[in-house]
This record gives sequence, C-alpha cells and structure tokens, in this order.
Amino acid sequence: MAFKVLNPGLFTTVQDLGRPGYFHLGIPVSGAMDRFALRAANLLVGNDEGAAALESVFMGPQLEFEIDATVAVTGADMPARVDGEAKPGWTAFKVRAGQVLTFDYLKGGARIYIAISGGVDTPPSLNSRSTYPIGALGGVEGRPLAIGDVVQLGKGVGAKEGRSVPENLRRMPGSPVELRVLPGLYWRLITEEAGRNFFEDEWAVAPEADRMGYRFRGGRPIEFEKRDQPFGAGSDPSNIVDGCYPYGSIQVPGGTEPIVLHRDAVSGGGYFTLGAVISADMDLIGQLQPHTPARFVKVDMETALTARHDRRSLLDKVRESLS
Amino acid sequence: MKTRYTFGGDEHIFVEMDEEMSLDAFFKSLSMTNAVRAAQIDGVTEICPANASFQVKFDPDKIAPDDMLAELKALETTAESAERRLNTRIIEVPVFYQDPWTHETLMRFRERHQDPNGTDLDYAARINGYDSAAEFIVAHHSSPWFVSMVGFVAGLPFLYQLVERERQLEVPKYLRPRTDTPKQTVGYGGCFSCIYSVRGAGGYQMFGITPMTIYDPTQTTSYLRDFLVFFNPGDIVKWKPIDREEYDSILADVESNRYEPLVREVEFDLTAFNADIDGYNAKLMEALHGV
Repeated sequence: MAFKVLNPGLFTTVQDLGRPGYFHLGIPVSGAMDRFALRAANLLVGNDEGAAALESVFMGPQLEFEIDATVAVTGADMPARVDGEAKPGWTAFKVRAGQVLTFDYLKGGARIYIAISGGVDTPPSLNSRSTYPIGALGGVEGRPLAIGDVVQLGKGVGAKEGRSVPENLRRMPGSPVELRVLPGLYWRLITEEAGRNFFEDEWAVAPEADRMGYRFRGGRPIEFEKRDQPFGAGSDPSNIVDGCYPYGSIQVPGGTEPIVLHRDAVSGGGYFTLGAVISADMDLIGQLQPHTPARFVKVDMETALTARHDRRSLLDKVRESLS
Repeated sequence: MKTRYTFGGDEHIFVEMDEEMSLDAFFKSLSMTNAVRAAQIDGVTEICPANASFQVKFDPDKIAPDDMLAELKALETTAESAERRLNTRIIEVPVFYQDPWTHETLMRFRERHQDPNGTDLDYAARINGYDSAAEFIVAHHSSPWFVSMVGFVAGLPFLYQLVERERQLEVPKYLRPRTDTPKQTVGYGGCFSCIYSVRGAGGYQMFGITPMTIYDPTQTTSYLRDFLVFFNPGDIVKWKPIDREEYDSILADVESNRYEPLVREVEFDLTAFNADIDGYNAKLMEALHGV
C-alpha cells in the first residue's frame, strides 16, 4: 500500500488542510497553498476533503505505484501520464500496481495537487500530515520527498474513473491577477500617497516566491509618515515592536518590496504590515508563477465576506457535482 | 498606553497594547489573551500573545468580525482589572558566550554588519556604553528575563530583560539578514534577546550559544517528551554563563537524554517588582537556587 518516488520533481511535499492551533508557539498553519484544488482532488478520488495529498510546484514527480489506486491531479495545468498515456486534469483516473505516473511540463498555474485513493498516510505530527521543513514536522521525516522514498497510503477503494470537476468550477488566477486587500494592521504608518500608489501600481511576482511568502516588485517605494520610533521597535521606519503576522498579511521591509505571507510563513517579527489579502484570494496566490503581473485591489470587510461566501458556494457546487 | 484594535484580513483581529515595549504592555497582552482563552468564544482558532500586542484568528463563518471585535473589547475591561500577578516558572539557561560556532558564523557574514572590523559583542558593548565585551556580557546575564513571545519560527523565544528602561540593552539587527545562524544561538535585536530554536536565517546580533535543546520535533530529548516546544510566553529565564568544558558536558547530557534543566515554580507580581526591581530579582534568584 505505497508508492515509490522515482523522482521528486522540484519540491514535492505532503500537505493536508494544515496544522491550526500552534501559531502561538511559532508553528505556522502550513497545509496546501491552494486548498480549493486539494479539496477537489480528494473529492474526485473519493477521499475526505482534508486527506493528505502531494503538492508539487513547477515540476511534477515520477511515482511508481505498488497497488491499484484512483488518482486525480488538480490545480496547475501540468498534464499527467500513466506509463506514457496522457490523462486529463481535474479528473479521476486509475493507476495499476507497477505503473508509473509522470508529468509533462507546466503549462499554466504553479502547483499541482495529486490525490490518491486512501490518502497519503505518513505519520501525523500535531494532528496534521502537512510538511513544515523548517521545523521538521509532518510529511516524510519533515522534509520534501526524495528519490527512493516509499510513501505509505491509507485504505480506500477509490471512486470510479472519469469523474471530473466541470471546467466552470475550476478556479485559477487571471493575468494580471487581482488580489483583494483589506487595509489595516499598521496601514497608518505609511503616507496617504504611498497608500494610493500601492493600489495604483502594477506589480509582478518576484522570483522569491515560495510556501513562506510571495514577494512582489515593480511598484513605487512606500514612504512612511515621520515619527519617533517607539522603544524596542528598531531604527528603520518599517520596524515595529515584534508582533504576530496574520496569514495573508503584507509586509514591506524597508518600504520596497511587498511580501504576502503564506502557509509556512514566520509567525511574527519586527516588520510593519499594511493589511492582508482577503481569505478568498489566498488560494490564487498558490498558483502564481514568478513574473506574473499583479494588482492589489482595495476592498472593505463586507466585500471580503461576500467573496468568502462566493468561494464557499463554488466549493459546494464541486461537492454537489461529485456527490 | 492606548489599546488599538485592527482587522488583519477577514480572519484576524490584531490588538496592540502599546506602540512601545514595556512590561505593562506585555502583562496586559498576556492577561487579555488569558481572558480570551477563558471566554471560549466559538469560532476562535488561534490566540497568540506577542511582546506588546496579540492576535486572534477566527472563522468569520462562525462569528461575524464585528461581533468578534465587540467580544474582545468587552474583555479588555476584565483584563485591566485583573491582578498583575502571574504563576509561572523560572528556568536557568546555560550560555557559552563568545563561542567558536557563532564566532565563525559572524565572521562569515561580516559585510552585512554595522561594524565589519569587530565582533557582534564588541559592537553591542560599545554602543551600549560598556568598556568591554566582558562587562556587556555581565549586564546580559545578571538580571532575569521574561519570555514575552514565542514565534518567528517553531519554538523561538523572544525575551525582555527585567530591569528599568535605563538599564535595557538595545542593539540594531544586522544591516542585511544572515542566511545562516547556528541552532541555539543566543541573539539580540532591538530590546529583545532570543534563542534560535533551529538553524536558519536570522538578523539578530549573535552573543553565544546554549547547549540546551529547546525544540525537538522527534520528542526524544528527556525534558521534551511531552511536548516538542520548551518555552511558553510568561516563562522567566536566567542566563548562566558557562565555559567550553561545561558546554561540552551539558551537551553530552542533552544528547544522551540525561539533562534536566533547572526549573522552579514562581509567582511574579508586577506591582511588587516595580516597587523594588533589584530586591525582587534577588528573590527570584532565591526561588531558582533554593537559598
């Protein structure tokens, strides 16, 4: 009841919906960058939505199956092959014992989710199988997959072949991507003009974009209101007395390049944050490639909650279509 | 102190007790997070105290953001009237100052430092008005510290020294962060000391290293079998300077799962502390060493 890793790709990790409850000890929430895609992949193969699956960024792995299984690949557009035969994305297919799952080049998006019937059954730590490499938690020995790993699977017969998420229910970012932001946190430290510029400027995803955070560049530098730095904050105007960083919050160290903090981000630190990307748009970030043009769109709480509701409705439709 | 409430997206409320660091702000943050935890508000998923602020994560499908805000504001009154007293523990943490491993690392990243010609300790001593690194080291370990936040990475404690503001040590972070810091480095940035729980990037000045493991995901270390993280916000720490010989001996004990850190239960009373800081710290030392 396992598969063998012939090639791990660039960075393939075991992820489920995350590890909430330990943020106050510096342990991030982790879990799939694109939770919608993870849930859809699990539903397709007949798993619980929150079962552990594989997340691969930019390049897929090569996996040899030791058992028959149902598999689905969602998220980025990166065609799968079983013993060389092409398989459609967002659709359940069978893999027989002895067959090898491989992937073509990435055509769009950034991260694929590979759900396998029974779910990936690595030992959970703190109630989650999500891999957090810095803290060596979850996954296979707390690290990304490596050549030769034999990864255990749970029990599960799997759903039948051919089930598919209708195209209109697959959610992927456009270009330029629009990320909706609720201003807040330490927004008041920047000038009014800097606040306007932030939302007017065209940004692009920087090469430094990973599970910890996505950096953006291309916009004008952020100016700060003049103030005496408070005791304990540090001398740079972008410094604050170290505090917690919300998931999705946007920090701009030195006022130059905004970083949106994601699933494996540091839990806190001494940089100001100017607000946070709304929860409904966080999954989209997981599908952004470097150099993708991006805009930040200012919204209020009501819009954020409506967007959250819409995202939940979309998921409900996926559930219905696969029930 | 003026409390400031702000939303962090649609899933967080961030509450700043004060812009600047103080024991008053830390105590208020800790009492408020305790009050939030005790209130068991449906929909709250994370309660995270920090140095002079705290953060609550909630599920807006279960509790509307404005209702969550109202709940927190109502708890502020409770927290303000709470006695500024804390049942906690005091822990002795051995530190090998000026050790060879942080020295090697700080030399490797010298071009990212304010003073490329000295060491982090020489620089910290000079800008804080001490004649030598040795004198600065004494100031660093002679009074106890509060763990005012656990975070950044898994299990990393931020510590704030229990002395009046005039005696607080302050140093800037590196000009550009290092890409490497030895595991268990004792660092310093702003008015905070820290212990790097894992090896990795860091921007704090490096003063020494402790042989005591403080984060163990394998949970095999003798004193970390019950839980992988050693520190909690509210813990009190006393550094104990050690030499190479003692470092090697403690490390061997830690690695063979024989080491037991010196830990005592204590009560901390902020009002009594403020009335006589040196006298109060002397009592904490008595509690630690059982005199």
